[in-house]
Amino acid sequence: MIRFEDVTVTYDGATRPTVQGIGLSVQEGELMLLVGPSGVGKSTLLGAVSGLVPHFTGGTLRGRVTVAGRDTRTHKPRELADVVGTVGQDPLAHFVTDTVEDELAYGMESLGLAPDVMRRRVEETLDLLGLAGLRDRPVSTLSGGQQQRVAIGSVLTPHPRVLVLDEPTSALDPAAAEEVLAVLQRLVHDLGTTVLMAEHRLERVVQYADRVALLPSPGAPLTVGPPAEVMAVSPVYPPVVALGRLGGWSPLPLTVRDARRRAEALRERLAGIPYESPHESPYEDAGTAGPVPARGGGTSPSRRTPRLFRRRTPQTSGTRDTGATRTPVTHRPAVVEGLSVRRGRAEVLHDVGLTVAPGETVALMGRNGAGKSTLLSALVGLVPPAAGSVRVGGLRPDRTAPADLIRRVGLVPQEPRDLLYADTVAGECAAADGDAGAEPGTCRALVSELLPDIADGTHPRDLSEGQRLTLALAVVLTARPPLVLLDEPTRGLDYAAKSRLVTLLRGLAAEGHAIVLATHDVELAAELSHRIVILADGEPVADGPTAEVVVASPPFAPQVTKVLAPQKWLTVSQVREALRASGGPTGDPR
Amino acid sequence: MIAAKGRPRPRPRPRLRLRLRLRAPRATRTNALHPGAWWIWALGLGTAASRTTNPLLLALLVAVAGYVVAARRTEAPWARSYGAFVKLALAVLGIRLAFAVLLGSPVPGTHVLVTLPELPLPDWAEGIRVGGRVTAEGLVFALYDGLKLAALLICVGAANALANPARLLKSLPGALYEAGVAVVVALTFAPNLIADVQRLRAARRLRGRPDRGLRGLLHVGLPVLEGALERSVALAAAMDARGYGRSAEVPPGVRRTTAVLTLGGLVGVCAGTYGLLTAEGGGYGLPVLLAGLGAALGGLWLGGRRSLRTRYRPDAWGVRAWLVAGSGAAVAALLILYAAHDVYAAAALHPGVVPLTAPTLPLWPAAAVLLGLLPAFAAPSPTDTRTATATATATGKEPS
Repeated sequence: MIRFEDVTVTYDGATRPTVQGIGLSVQEGELMLLVGPSGVGKSTLLGAVSGLVPHFTGGTLRGRVTVAGRDTRTHKPRELADVVGTVGQDPLAHFVTDTVEDELAYGMESLGLAPDVMRRRVEETLDLLGLAGLRDRPVSTLSGGQQQRVAIGSVLTPHPRVLVLDEPTSALDPAAAEEVLAVLQRLVHDLGTTVLMAEHRLERVVQYADRVALLPSPGAPLTVGPPAEVMAVSPVYPPVVALGRLGGWSPLPLTVRDARRRAEALRERLAGIPYESPHESPYEDAGTAGPVPARGGGTSPSRRTPRLFRRRTPQTSGTRDTGATRTPVTHRPAVVEGLSVRRGRAEVLHDVGLTVAPGETVALMGRNGAGKSTLLSALVGLVPPAAGSVRVGGLRPDRTAPADLIRRVGLVPQEPRDLLYADTVAGECAAADGDAGAEPGTCRALVSELLPDIADGTHPRDLSEGQRLTLALAVVLTARPPLVLLDEPTRGLDYAAKSRLVTLLRGLAAEGHAIVLATHDVELAAELSHRIVILADGEPVADGPTAEVVVASPPFAPQVTKVLAPQKWLTVSQVREALRASGGPTGDPR
Repeated sequence: MIAAKGRPRPRPRPRLRLRLRLRAPRATRTNALHPGAWWIWALGLGTAASRTTNPLLLALLVAVAGYVVAARRTEAPWARSYGAFVKLALAVLGIRLAFAVLLGSPVPGTHVLVTLPELPLPDWAEGIRVGGRVTAEGLVFALYDGLKLAALLICVGAANALANPARLLKSLPGALYEAGVAVVVALTFAPNLIADVQRLRAARRLRGRPDRGLRGLLHVGLPVLEGALERSVALAAAMDARGYGRSAEVPPGVRRTTAVLTLGGLVGVCAGTYGLLTAEGGGYGLPVLLAGLGAALGGLWLGGRRSLRTRYRPDAWGVRAWLVAGSGAAVAALLILYAAHDVYAAAALHPGVVPLTAPTLPLWPAAAVLLGLLPAFAAPSPTDTRTATATATATGKEPS
C-alpha cells in the first residue's frame, strides 16, 4: 500500500540527509508503528507518504514513494487527499473551519462527495469518535483530547485507505488515548485501513502494531520486524518491555497481560523482598519530605484544613508545635484552600485544597479539561481565584508583582517556547539573569549543567523539544523559586529525554524544591511523584501517596504496577534495585 | 417515553394545537435560517430607514430591529457584535450633533439656543464657519440626519448578530468558494492571534516582567507574528493534504470561455457604471451594465464547473427564510410606495425643520415598519438554556 524505495531526504541548507536509504513496504490493512528517538526523521518519513515532503516543505527527495500505486513525485498532496489522511502533531493547526461538524465535512467537500454520503459519514464518524454531543461546538473551545479526536475524525470521513498519524496520543489523557487507539484498531480490522503511525508513548501503542519500523539513530537504516523482535534491539522501549528485558523473557511481552502471565516467578521473588514505599526510595533521601499520609478524597474542606496544617508541621520546621495557627505556614511553597476559579459562567475549579511541602513532588492527573492547567495558572497568579485562597510562599500570586513572584514560583508552560523570546541561547540566559536579578552567568551555568553540549549561538527554535523544555526550565530556575510547576512536560519527549528530565527533577526535589507537575503520563508520575492528586471536573477526587493512588485506580497505574499488582512496585528501576539489593542474579529470576 | 405511552396524555385543545404548530421551532442546524434571509431583512429595514427622517419612524425601526435581535440572537461570538454596532451608532449620532454645534448648519433658523464665540477665518475660507449661533432648527436637522445614519448602522449590526458569517460565505457560488474559505480562515485567524497575545503576555509574567502596559504588548509582537506565520504554514499544509484546491479537468474551450466571460463581464460592468454616472452616457449605461453583469455571472457559473466541491448541509431556503426576507423587503417596498404615491408623504416622512414642527407618526408607514417584527416569531428560536426550559414548562411537554 505504501512503498518506499531507497528514499533519501535532504532539506535545503542541511549538510546531510535527514533520512537515508529507506526501503519500506507497508501492506494493506497493516498497522505499522514507526519508532525511534527524537530527531531521527520520523516526521519526515510520515510527511513523505502524504506528499507534503518534499512538495510543501522543500528539500530533495531521492528514490520513490508510492501510495496505492500513485507516485508522490507526480501527485501533489491534494491529489493524494482521497487515499491518504494525515493528522499532525498539533490538532489546532489542522482545523480549517470553525465548528466540529463542518470540520468533519471539510475533506469530503474538497473531494466532491455527494451530500447524502457526506451526511451519513459525518453521523457515523461522530458516533465512532464519541463526538455527537460536540457537533455544534466551535473547535477552539474543545479540550486537547476532543480536538485530537476531531482531527482524526476529519481525515476519517473521506474514507482514506491510508492513515498517517504523527503522535496521535501524546496530548491525550490515558482514557482518551485508549479511545483513539480503539478507533484505529477498529479501522484496521473492520475496514482494512492501512495505518502508519509515529508515537513516543510506546506503552500505549506497541501492542496494537502489526509490525514496527525502527529508526535507531539519524541516518541509520530502518529495522522492520514484529514488535517483540524489534523491541529487543530498540533504544526506545516501554516499561513492560524493560521488565521483560530485566527478567530475560523471550519473546518479550508487549502487553500487560503477556507480562503478567510470565511474571509469576518474579512476583514470588519480589514478594519476599520488603516493599520499599516510594517516599523512602533513594531519590528522596536528601529531601525534606517525610512520609505523606493518605488523605480521604471525601473530607469536607472545613475538616481538611486543620489536618493539612497539622500534617506538615514536622517537615517544615524542626520544632513541633501544637497550634494550627503558627506563622511558618506562610513559608510553605504552596498552600491552596477552598479554591474556586471561574471562566465566564463555568466553574473550572471547585473547592480545591492542596498543600505542597518543600522537596515534595506532586503530580496532578485527570482527564483533559479537568482543571490541571488552571490550577497551575492560579498558583502563578494568571487567573484570580473566585473564592478561596492561594498562597505561594505566603504571598497572593495574583496580587504580587511578577518580579517578586518569580522568586517564589516558576512555571514551565505546556509550550515551553512561550517563555523564550531571544534569538540565541546566550541572549535568553542574559535576559533571564536580568529578569531574576541573579548574578550574570547564573542561567548559563544552569544551562551548561542541564544541557552540556549546547552552543551559545543556537536559536531556541532549532533545539529539540526536550532541549527547549530544559532551556525553559533553566530560565525558570535562574530565580531559584522554591516551587517549580510544569505543565505536561513530557509531551513530545522520547524515553531518553524523559529519563534525563526525571533525573533533573529528582535532583531539584532533593535540593528542596517543591515540584508540581500536571501530566497525563502515568509512567512519569510513577517515577517522580511522591503524591498524586487526581482532578475530575475541577474537583480533587483522589489525593494520596503515589503507590496507593495508582494501585487503586488502574487508568492511572503504570505498567509495572499492573504487571506486579497487588504488590506496589511502580517502576522498573525500583524492581531492579530491589532485586540487586536482595542479591542474586538480576538477569533471570527463574 | 414508555411511561408516556402507557398513560395517554390529554390531547391539547384544537386551538392550542394550532398555536403549538405555528410556534417557531427551536433552532438546529437542519432548520437554521439562511444567513442571506437575515441580510435581506436587515437591508430592507435599512432601505426603509434611508427613506425617512421622521424620528418616530426611525425609533420604531430601531426598536423593531432590536426586538428581533433580542428574540433570535444566539450566544455565538458574532452575536455579540450587535452591542458594538449600537455603540457605533450612538457615536455617529454624537459626532453629527457635535459638528452641527461647532461648524454650524446650512439650515436657516430663528430659534437661537446659544451663541458660541466665532473663530475669525481668512477670506479664502469663506463658507466655513467655526462657532457662532447654534439654532434649534440646525440641531434638530442634525439629529434627524444622524438618527437616519444610526438606524442604518443598527440594521447592519442586526444582520451581523443574527447571520453566521462563515455560513454566509459558504453560500457563495462554487467559483468563489475557495475565496470564501480563505476569508473564513482569516476570520478564525484573528481570534487565534488575540489568544496568542494573551498567552505570551501571560508568559512574560512568568519571566518576571510586567505583563500589563504597552511595552508588554510590543515585546510579544515578534513572537506572536512568528507564531502566526508558523500556524499559517501548518494550516496551508493541512489544507493541501486535505484536498484544498483540487480541480476537475475541463475542456480548454470551456476554460477560455470562462476567462472571456468573466473579464468581458467585468469590463462591461465598469463601462456601464461609468455610463450611468456620466451625463451623456444615459442611453447606453444601463444595458451595458446589465450585459456585463450577465456575462460575469455566466463566467462565475462556468468557473464553478472546474470546482469539484460539494456542499455539506447547505442552509436551505425554506418557508421561514421567505417570511424573514419577505418581511424586510415588504417594509422597504411599502415605504417606497408610500413615499411615491401618498400626497402627504413628504410631510409625514420628512417632518419640517423650518419652521419647527412636532413630528407625527404616520399610520401606514408605522404599520409597514411593524411588519419587520415577523422574524421574531417566524425564525427558529435559538436553543438557549433559559428559554429552552421556559418553553418546556410553558408548553408542559418535551418532545419525546
